Amino acid sequence: MNAVNAKSVVTRLAKRFADLKAEGRGGLVAFVTAGDPDADVGLEILLGLPAAGADIIELGMPFSDPMADGPAIQASSQRALAHGMTLRKTLDQVRTFRLQDDATPIVLMGYFNPIHHYGVEKFVSDAKTAGVDGLIIVDLPPEEEAELCLPALAGGINFIYLTAPTTDDERLPRVVENASGFVYYVSITGVTGTASAAVGDIEAAVARIRRHTDLPVAVGFGITTAQAAGDVAAVADAAVVGSALVNRIRDNLDAGGKAKPGLVKEVLGFVTELADGVRKGNK
Amino acid sequence: MNKPNTFRAGPDETGHFGIFGGRFVAETLMPLVLDVAKAYEEAKADPEFAREKAYYLAQYVGRPSPLYFAERLTAKLGGAKVYLKREDLNHTGAHKVNNTVGQILLAKRMGKTRIIAETGAGQHGVATATVCALFDIPCTIYMGTKDIERQAPNVFRMKMLGAEVKPVTVGSCSLKDAMNEAIRDWVANVENTYFLVGTAAGMHPFPMMVRDFQCVIGEEVREQCLKAEGRLPDTLVACIGGGSNAIGLFHPFLDDADVRIIGTEAAGRGIETGKHAASLTAGSPGVLHGNRMYLLQDEDGQVKEADSISAGLDYPGIGPEHCWLHDIGRVEYVPVTDDEALAAFHTLTRLEGIIPALESAHALAHVIKLAPTLPKDNILVMNLSGRGDKDLNTVAAHMGVEMGVNL
Repeated sequence: MNAVNAKSVVTRLAKRFADLKAEGRGGLVAFVTAGDPDADVGLEILLGLPAAGADIIELGMPFSDPMADGPAIQASSQRALAHGMTLRKTLDQVRTFRLQDDATPIVLMGYFNPIHHYGVEKFVSDAKTAGVDGLIIVDLPPEEEAELCLPALAGGINFIYLTAPTTDDERLPRVVENASGFVYYVSITGVTGTASAAVGDIEAAVARIRRHTDLPVAVGFGITTAQAAGDVAAVADAAVVGSALVNRIRDNLDAGGKAKPGLVKEVLGFVTELADGVRKGNK
Repeated sequence: MNKPNTFRAGPDETGHFGIFGGRFVAETLMPLVLDVAKAYEEAKADPEFAREKAYYLAQYVGRPSPLYFAERLTAKLGGAKVYLKREDLNHTGAHKVNNTVGQILLAKRMGKTRIIAETGAGQHGVATATVCALFDIPCTIYMGTKDIERQAPNVFRMKMLGAEVKPVTVGSCSLKDAMNEAIRDWVANVENTYFLVGTAAGMHPFPMMVRDFQCVIGEEVREQCLKAEGRLPDTLVACIGGGSNAIGLFHPFLDDADVRIIGTEAAGRGIETGKHAASLTAGSPGVLHGNRMYLLQDEDGQVKEADSISAGLDYPGIGPEHCWLHDIGRVEYVPVTDDEALAAFHTLTRLEGIIPALESAHALAHVIKLAPTLPKDNILVMNLSGRGDKDLNTVAAHMGVEMGVNL
C-alpha cells in the first residue's frame, strides 16, 4: 500500500471545523446507532439531527459484540440488530441523508468485523460514494493501520484515531501519525456511558494532544448533559454525546420495544438542548 | 502456500500467524497490551522466572502428569496403541493451571494487584481463583449465566477459593460474552488489573504466551513416549475450544513431519443444524476479541452464538495459531458432535475408570473412530485435558437422571 499523506484527505469535516472555529465555539457531535430502535425511526432521527443542532453526526454501525461500549450503546446495537439492521442498510441511510444534506459530516463508528466481512476495498468505495466522511473503528489501533486506515485514506475517507488517558506522550505521535479529520479523546479509562471526567483533566489532556497534532480534538465518553457538553466544548473542538442520547431512545419505547409516539421529537429535543449547551460554552 | 522451514517460529513481532492473530484492541488497552508483551519477553529471558515456574509446576500442580497406556481402551478399539496424557490429574483437574501459574507469576512481576479472567467451563476460572488464593491477589471471574448453570460445581469452587464470580447475562450468556465483559472490566481498571486470559486466543501476546505455558504438555509427552516406546508418537489428538490444551500438546511436534496431528472441534447438535461451535469447519476469517481467527458469523459479519454441550468448547472462534495450522494443512481438524462426545464419556468411564471432562470427550470420540483404522503399532497420544466431575450434572440430565432424586 502506498502511503497516503493523511493531511491530504479533505472531507466535510475540515470545512465544518473551520466554520466552528470562525464561529468561535466548539461543536456538538451527536452519536446514534443506525437503525435504532428500528430502520424507519432511526432514519427519521438521523435526518432530523442537523436541524436539531448537531454539527457532526457519529453514526454507529451495530455490532453483536461491542467490547468497548457500556450497557446503553450495547442495548442500542442490539435493538438495531433485532430489527434487521446491517452494514449495507447503514450505508443506504447515509445515502438517503445526503439527498437532503451535503454539508453535515458523517462519521461511521463501530468495530472492524462487519467491515472485514463486507470487504475492505468495497466498503471504502461504497462508503465514500454514500457520503461518509470519516471512520472511527474502535478495535483498529495504529498497530493495525494496514487493515483499514491506509485503505480508507487512499479512498478519500478520514480515519479518526482514539486517544485515551493511557496514551502517553511517547505513544501519542504514533497514534496521530495517520490520523485525519479530528482526534477523538476518550476522556475516561472505561467503556462508554459509565463515568465522567473532570473538565480540568479534559482540558489538560486536550492541551497535551495539541502538542502533538494540529487536528481538531473532539472529546467523548461520559458527557450526559447540556451543561457538560458546554463545558467540554469550551476546552475542546467538539463534545461527543452518545449514551445519553440513545438512552432517550430507550426511554421512549413501549413494552414491546416499539417507538412511542413522540420518540423522535423527544430525542431531537435533547439534541437541541445539547446544541444550546455547546453554544453557551464560552471559548 | 509455501511450506515454512519450521512451523514453530510464529508469531511474528506483530503477533501474526500468517493472516491470523494481531492486536485488534481499543486504544485504552493498547499500551497495556504492549506492556504485557514487554514484561513477558523480559520474564522469558529471566532464569529466575523459569525456576519459579518450574517449582510451582512440580510441587504445586504435580507435574509431570503421567502418560498412561490405556490398555483396555486399546484392546476394545483393536487398532492403535492409545496413550492418555493425564492433564486431568493436575491440581484443579485440568490443563488450565499450567497457564495460570505462568501468568500469575508474570502479573506479580508487573506489580498488578487485581486479576480478572473469563471462563466457560469454569476450569480456567478455578485455576485462576486457585493461584490467586495462593498468591493472595483478589480476583474477579466473568462467566455466562448459561455456563454458571451447567458448571455449578466449578462456580462453587471459585467462590470457596475467594473469587468474585460475576454472572454475564448478555448475548449468548456463555464464553464469548464473558470475554466481552472481562475486556470491558480491563478497559475500566487499567492501572492495577491484569487480564489472565485462559486460552490461546485473544490479542497478542496472549495466544503466544498461553501456548508457551501449555507446551509443557507436549514436551513431557516427547520425553515420556521416548522412554516408554523408544520413539515419538505417530498420532496426536486433542480437543479445541480456543485451543490451549491442543496447541500445548501439538506445538513441540509440529516440525516432526511423521507425526500426524488432529484437533477436534465441537459440532454440537450437528453441523447441518447450525447449532455447533465448529469455527474451522463452518466459519470464515473474522476479527473478534483482539485477533483475526476463524469465526462463526452471519452474512453481515455479526458473530453467531456457538452451541456445544461442553461449556469449554462453546465459543464461536478458535485461536489464531490453529487457524494458521489449519490453512497450511499441518494439522487436521475434525468435528465431533455432542452425542459422540457423550458416548465417549461413558466409554472411558467404564473401560478405564477415568471420568473425562466433556471437552476431552470430544477428543476421545475421534480416537474411538480413528484408532480401529490404524495399525496396532501406531502410537496414538490423546490429551485428556481435564476431569469430568464438573460435568456430572450435564451428563445426568442427558441420561434423564435427577441427582439426589432418582439416582
